[in-house]
Amino acid sequence: MKIHEYQAKGVFREYGVEVPHGELATTPQDARAAAQKLGGNVWVVKAQVHAGGRGKGGGVKLSRSLDEVYENASKILGMTLVTPQTGAEGKLVRKVYVEEGLAIARELYLSMVLDRETRTIVIMASTEGGMEIEEVAANTPEKILKEYVDYSVGIQPFHIRNICFGLGLKGDTAKKAMKFMTGLYKAFVEKDASLVEINPLIVTESGDLMALDAKMNFDDNALFRHKDIQGLRDFDEEEPSEVQASKFDLSYVKLDGDIGNLVNGAGLAMSTMDIIKHFGGDPANFLDVGGSADREKVKAAFEIILADKVKAILVNIFGGIMKCDVIADGVVAAAKEVDLNVPLVVRLQGTNVEKGKEILSKSGLAIIPAETMAEAAEKVVKASLGEIQA
Amino acid sequence: MSIFLDKNARVLVQGITGSAGSFHTRQMVAYGTNVVGGVTPNKGGTDLDGIPVFNTVRDAVQKTEATATAIFVPPPFCKDAILEAVDAGIKLVVCITEGVPVLDMLAIKPLVDRLGVRLVGPNCPGVITPGQAKIGIMPGHIHLPGHVGVISRSGTLTYEAVDQLTKLGIGQSTCIGIGGDPIQGTNFIDCLSAFQDDPETTSVVMMGEIGGQAEEQAADFIKNQMDKPVIAFIAGQTAPPGRRMGHAGAIIAGGKGTAKEKIECLKDHGIDVAPTPAEIGITLAKRIGKA
Repeated sequence: MKIHEYQAKGVFREYGVEVPHGELATTPQDARAAAQKLGGNVWVVKAQVHAGGRGKGGGVKLSRSLDEVYENASKILGMTLVTPQTGAEGKLVRKVYVEEGLAIARELYLSMVLDRETRTIVIMASTEGGMEIEEVAANTPEKILKEYVDYSVGIQPFHIRNICFGLGLKGDTAKKAMKFMTGLYKAFVEKDASLVEINPLIVTESGDLMALDAKMNFDDNALFRHKDIQGLRDFDEEEPSEVQASKFDLSYVKLDGDIGNLVNGAGLAMSTMDIIKHFGGDPANFLDVGGSADREKVKAAFEIILADKVKAILVNIFGGIMKCDVIADGVVAAAKEVDLNVPLVVRLQGTNVEKGKEILSKSGLAIIPAETMAEAAEKVVKASLGEIQA
Repeated sequence: MSIFLDKNARVLVQGITGSAGSFHTRQMVAYGTNVVGGVTPNKGGTDLDGIPVFNTVRDAVQKTEATATAIFVPPPFCKDAILEAVDAGIKLVVCITEGVPVLDMLAIKPLVDRLGVRLVGPNCPGVITPGQAKIGIMPGHIHLPGHVGVISRSGTLTYEAVDQLTKLGIGQSTCIGIGGDPIQGTNFIDCLSAFQDDPETTSVVMMGEIGGQAEEQAADFIKNQMDKPVIAFIAGQTAPPGRRMGHAGAIIAGGKGTAKEKIECLKDHGIDVAPTPAEIGITLAKRIGKA
């Protein structure tokens, strides 16, 4: 799960990780009032969306007067922000974060992430703050410092000393870094984060260390033990069809193509997308119905897929424990209820497959049956082009 | 012979009284698995179709001499359930449950390794040695006893591949679903190494997917440590970067872990890769000269 910058900074504050003073605003008036409350004479107005690279898209603006804060907030609120991470369609900005402007001496990079290969939490730091870290990693990998923390032992002072020496942090700033990174690591493990990224991490002219930006992602599987983090979920930032799917326990990802598909199991669902592509089609989605596909679930899945304006749908089910006749019942009932108006190719395999096929053929629905995955994919691609009909 | 599991396994089911636990216990018994007991705290003294239920794994192991366990408890309790089984001396722990927090696995993994416990999963279909026993949720009837080892990160895709093999008349020695999570009890190399040492296994099918570097590491192992033929398939060639494709571990992060990279790496290491999921069986058949 992703959260906004201002929310991540709230978590940071809980753990004593220094962040600039800031206030959230949803109108230009509020933004101006926030700046006034913060004091000072320089502020930064920052768009709050779940995507990085906001500055490049005009979503972060320096403001030198209260009027300018108002003006910049008016420009940013309601804009469709396009950044390298949002895709061409961009994201609607509903909130801005108004922050005190600081005198910056250095911009650094700091992140923590689970490393699958070493089974540790890796801390990455770099002097190249503000840059895309992937670019730094590709072009100048020697500029990325890595410290691998064993989870059962936890972060040690030497890890932090290594990073401080590597980044050239000295004296008081190094002492502050000890508290900063210890707090950040604690936030990571106590909140079951999957990623914490600060880009840039700044050293102010007065030698303070602060998270100027903050990104925090969480392990969805661990949300059950973090009611506070669950409360930070912003449904406005998610694809509406994906939110709808999650209500029915469907694992769904919207894609750009025009062939919908409904599959049981994540690996098989990915493979189904692949084989559609192999036969020249373009999948409209990834959809895993999971271990049980009753009528309600199949119906919800069809509705979500049809809302994508697909040209054909492929149902590919390998009934293991889930029986093919039960699935066939669900598909028939759901297809009738949602008034399916595009070609439907169904491939059933596994337990009770004969009974399942019989249910489909007797249903009176215009279903195109298929035996194998290859046949199913080929047929759905042709059906989407109007080359075959049921 | 086989790997990890054979007909001599004495199996417990943790979470035996739950709906998934009881359903799959009956399926396992029907397949011929020797399920000797179940564990559900506070249900000790009851039974499921005559299979005794115990309050603790320690009790169950003392009374039944269980050697393996299948875990069906909900995700918040999996860490506790796995560690309880390990503490009671069980050496094969198969965790079916999907949704275990990754930090829980990070805490468990070094301990099971140190104690020499074979943990399979979580978030997996389990292990089956066709004709002998199954610990998990895979449909038994699609399998055929034979000599091909099957390893996969996904459930139904494994069934798809096994079904293709069986329809070609090619049987399997042991099939293992290692699960779709970022931190797994058992990885590809653990299975490949065991298959290499198993005299009954003569070739291997390995099914990977996007995310992580496990397939690349496996490719190195296959090239350098194995003399048995291995073929592979990688799911997720059309998956967009940065999106989690169902499995917690199936995500292309920072441009790494794409299907294209994995397929190229496997081919560079001399491993045949099935071009589509429909051609996994035939790719193996060709590799071993049966097609």
